[in-house]
Amino acid sequence: MKITLKVWRQKNSNTPGKLVEYQLDNISPDMSFLEMFDVLNGELTKKGEEIIAFDHDCREGICGSCSMYINGRAHGPQTGSTTCQLHMRSFSDGDTIVVEPWRARAFPVIKDLMVDRTAFDRIAQAGGYISVNTGSAPDANEIPVPREVADTAMDAAQCIACGACVAACKNASAMLYVAAKVSHFAVLPQGQAERTMRAERMVAQMDTEGFGACSFTGACSVECPKSISLDHIARLNREYLGAKLTSNNVQG
Amino acid sequence: MELDSKIPEGPLAEKWARHKFGLKLVNPANKRKYDIIVVGTGLAGASAAASLAELGYNVKAFTFHDSARRAHSIAAQGGINAAKNYQNDGDSVFRLFYDTIKGGDYRAREGNVYRLAEVSVNIIDQCVAQGVPFAREYGGLLANRSFGGAQVSRTFYARGQTGQQLLLGAYHALSRQVANGKVKLITRTEMLDVIVVDGKARGIITRNLLTGAIESHSAHAVLLCTGGYGNVFYLSTNAMNSNVTAAWRAHKKGAYFGNPCYTQIHPTCIPVKGDYQSKLTLMSESLRNDGRVWVPKSQQDAEKIRKGQIKANDIPEDARDYFLERRYPSFGNLVPRDVASRNAKYVCDEGRGVAPTGLAVYLDFADAIRRDGRKTIEAKYGNLFEMYEKIVGDNPYETPMMIYPAVHYTMGGLWVDYNLMTTIPGLYALGEANFSDHGANRLGASALMQGLADGYFVIPYTIGDYLATIGPGDKIAVDHPAFKEGEQRIHDMNNRLLSIKGSKTVDEYHKALGHIMWDYCGMSRNAEGLKKAKKMIQELRAEFWQNVRVLGTNEEMNQSLEHAGRVADFLELGELMVDDALHREESCGGHFREEYQTEEGEAKRDDANFTYVAAWEYTGDNKPEVLHKEELEFENVKLTQRSYK
Amino acid sequence: MAWVTQTLSSSLGRKVIMSLTGLFLSSFLIVHVAGNLQLFKSDGGRAFNEYTYFMTHNPLIITISYLLYTSILVHALMSIVLTRHNQASRPVKYAYGRPEANSTWSSRNMGILGTVLFLFIVIHMRTFWYEMHFGSVPMAEYDGKQYKDLYAVVLEAFSQWWYVLLYVICMVALGYHLVHGFQSGFQSLGIRHKKYTPIIEFLGTFVFAILIPALFAAMPIYVFLQVHGII
Repeated sequence: MKITLKVWRQKNSNTPGKLVEYQLDNISPDMSFLEMFDVLNGELTKKGEEIIAFDHDCREGICGSCSMYINGRAHGPQTGSTTCQLHMRSFSDGDTIVVEPWRARAFPVIKDLMVDRTAFDRIAQAGGYISVNTGSAPDANEIPVPREVADTAMDAAQCIACGACVAACKNASAMLYVAAKVSHFAVLPQGQAERTMRAERMVAQMDTEGFGACSFTGACSVECPKSISLDHIARLNREYLGAKLTSNNVQG
Repeated sequence: MELDSKIPEGPLAEKWARHKFGLKLVNPANKRKYDIIVVGTGLAGASAAASLAELGYNVKAFTFHDSARRAHSIAAQGGINAAKNYQNDGDSVFRLFYDTIKGGDYRAREGNVYRLAEVSVNIIDQCVAQGVPFAREYGGLLANRSFGGAQVSRTFYARGQTGQQLLLGAYHALSRQVANGKVKLITRTEMLDVIVVDGKARGIITRNLLTGAIESHSAHAVLLCTGGYGNVFYLSTNAMNSNVTAAWRAHKKGAYFGNPCYTQIHPTCIPVKGDYQSKLTLMSESLRNDGRVWVPKSQQDAEKIRKGQIKANDIPEDARDYFLERRYPSFGNLVPRDVASRNAKYVCDEGRGVAPTGLAVYLDFADAIRRDGRKTIEAKYGNLFEMYEKIVGDNPYETPMMIYPAVHYTMGGLWVDYNLMTTIPGLYALGEANFSDHGANRLGASALMQGLADGYFVIPYTIGDYLATIGPGDKIAVDHPAFKEGEQRIHDMNNRLLSIKGSKTVDEYHKALGHIMWDYCGMSRNAEGLKKAKKMIQELRAEFWQNVRVLGTNEEMNQSLEHAGRVADFLELGELMVDDALHREESCGGHFREEYQTEEGEAKRDDANFTYVAAWEYTGDNKPEVLHKEELEFENVKLTQRSYK
Repeated sequence: MAWVTQTLSSSLGRKVIMSLTGLFLSSFLIVHVAGNLQLFKSDGGRAFNEYTYFMTHNPLIITISYLLYTSILVHALMSIVLTRHNQASRPVKYAYGRPEANSTWSSRNMGILGTVLFLFIVIHMRTFWYEMHFGSVPMAEYDGKQYKDLYAVVLEAFSQWWYVLLYVICMVALGYHLVHGFQSGFQSLGIRHKKYTPIIEFLGTFVFAILIPALFAAMPIYVFLQVHGII
């Protein structure tokens, strides 16, 4: 296959970037999208040009590192998958492919296609956990969890924190990510003790990071590699409102 | 130096309890006076960092990822073992211990493995309390499955994403401690050296991957939780950035490397497609519970399949060879990983492999679908089938999957004693980074167990013993000359890599090394091949330092430079693996020497001469390493030839 | 009271304000369309004028109407606040986007649709509400009682083809606004359930986005056709 790539190149967060065009002549349809970048980077190195920086690691769709906005879509045209799971057979010979980084104020570009997603970690640190010290747990079967509840928790917990929801959202909102985190704990019996505090704190941190608000377009869920449902966003709204109306936290 | 495993005396079941009692404690008020560095935030690292911070120690946790949650533990699919016996099917701590020892082909320490089995039950309790959404029965209690050839159902799982959920549990615990201020999390930073002064580990040298800044960090103790070195083979199921650098640099500072040749080859991976291939994808071993492995009986049929003239479904039943069921009637498709892998290689070597490369066998679900219905199979393996279809482009509900073995896990690693301390006092290794518990072969669903056992339930006890011994004052500041020299060495190495400006990319050297390792030090090995490989690696390494092309500077985000440093270490490690494989003149577990096999082609151990841990000591650049032996003693199990007939 | 302001100024709180005002406005549409159905009565506008009288003199309705005006303003102002915030959340735009692959046009263009509707409301109120309250509306007498003849104002307004066209276009915009807005409002309040969400979606689509705008649009068309003697 012959492919024309238009890739966002940006030296660092302080320098403006631009789309740069590259021609690739020997692309196999069985290649993964990132393997095509490996090939391109190999060629760039031989030519003495700087390679394209991009985040990637597991290359099997679970670590959440890869993050390319491909032809106008987060993780490219294939739904339910990450960039690393996308293969060139999804494109046609002669295609032009535009590749950009995630774009959001809360995800500043580090270099080329690499962005800073530590905002997600700070949201998790704000309350995305159950406070249980090592060694203090009761026997695992003393906490029965109905299967349906465990399944709902798992549906939410499988979020890989790649940020595609933010990238796809017209408002760069992080609601789906935060909703998945809050939902995971809110439905489980283990998560009840810190339930209200968790919702309040995580939403507050989400706002501090500068993400947009939710317009319920559903783009996040469509582009989510794990197809996390909008149900969780409704649950987050419920959790947050419930927490705000019932908690003893009068300071806000 | 004499190797002291510090295995406690006494009956097996009491060793750990006695040992814990014998360990010195750090006064609760004094814990805040100790600084601990944890490198890596996978299962072992995150669980250790969180647990130590909960105890009150000051922890600095490092990861080269942008987030602590991206470590490769996240990719583990199948599950985690624990001797809970919730299924009432005869499991016990002793049985898990026994299975692990036997599965490891009697090359692991009894004491360590028993402790692992013992704390396995606590891990499940801990993870459930953290909110890990394990699979449940309708009544709300935990579900189990049998996994990787075990005769009991002791594997806990969260769909096909158990590693992810366990890592997130540890990540959440870690996040809580970051919020509490007890853990300082330093991301996108790679450890490049360990600093040893007066024979003790004092800290590390790191490179900030965003700015290139080379920095020193000092502490009372350093924990390496940096995973395995499977990427020495270039193609493996490991993540692209998994590497041996932290462990290897520690090795060069005096930490012995244990059993480097023990490599686990996983039988159910998606086969290689082409030269451009960057990594191999594992399909969960659980697939073998329902899938049947076969190749055509005749080379002619296989040849036609390879050329695309016929398809798998065109081969009639009586022309198929279900070779695992044929050779191992009682275990069938569920034989241990090494056995399944080797047999796949044999049939492909016979010219009966499928896929255009000839390096693949079928994993067929047609019978299971007929028996249980497509719905049931979809519920069990739906996500795996989808993953396969995305990568290969075939629908496994209709055509059999193609699989081939790939490097998956390295049982070898830094030698550690019962306290998880390496041969450098104050330097610990946890999880896959150490060599400890799996012997020559790891059972399915045991890696997660070991990583979390080390981090949650072993190191919090054992580290206190060392810290209480040295006292809070025994720490060196980062302005000490040893740190400055360490920083300078890294600068020098990076400058050297940048100044070569040769003609081949880092990737090309990595691939070349991978080919050598796979061909001569892979699924089966022989003396002649290994000798050849040693020479080839030496030549490749010499060429690398003459002709590698790394662009840019140190003072910026530079992914080529990161990769170059890691490949430089792999080029040294590869040779040690070959040395180890060559010296071990027996076959055991993941190490199969063609010269040492039974008449039926099974691994033949030499217990009289090789019942020991090979711990290698680094003696200098391009010098042969020195072998130290830690004899393994078996008081509770009888060494038998593994048989899965 | 810090918690109240803090809650309402959070991104979720702002959406709750949008939701509550929006759903309140939606519920008003039912009353409005039901009342205005009097226009279809062939009684020379009597029923319509009596209805108008009731609406402008009943104290409860008057109170609610002020709530309504406030809701319109709050809904509009909050949408400006949210839009500015949302736009600031992505300072560098994508060079190439394909949003149609993952979301509906109406869900992405609520701001534009809302602006059209706001302008419509201004024109609409200038034509009828302003005339009714401050203009010189002719009087009609039924059973000896005097009524402002708003029906005459209606006839005059809807006798102009461009005015009718404007209404029809704006009702299409209303339909698009509500097809997303109605169900989205429930989402913002956290109301989502396997059993009830399909009902909300049905109501939002068929009642609020199709039936109500269609009835509203039918009124100027009907009047226009009647005035010009076509029917």
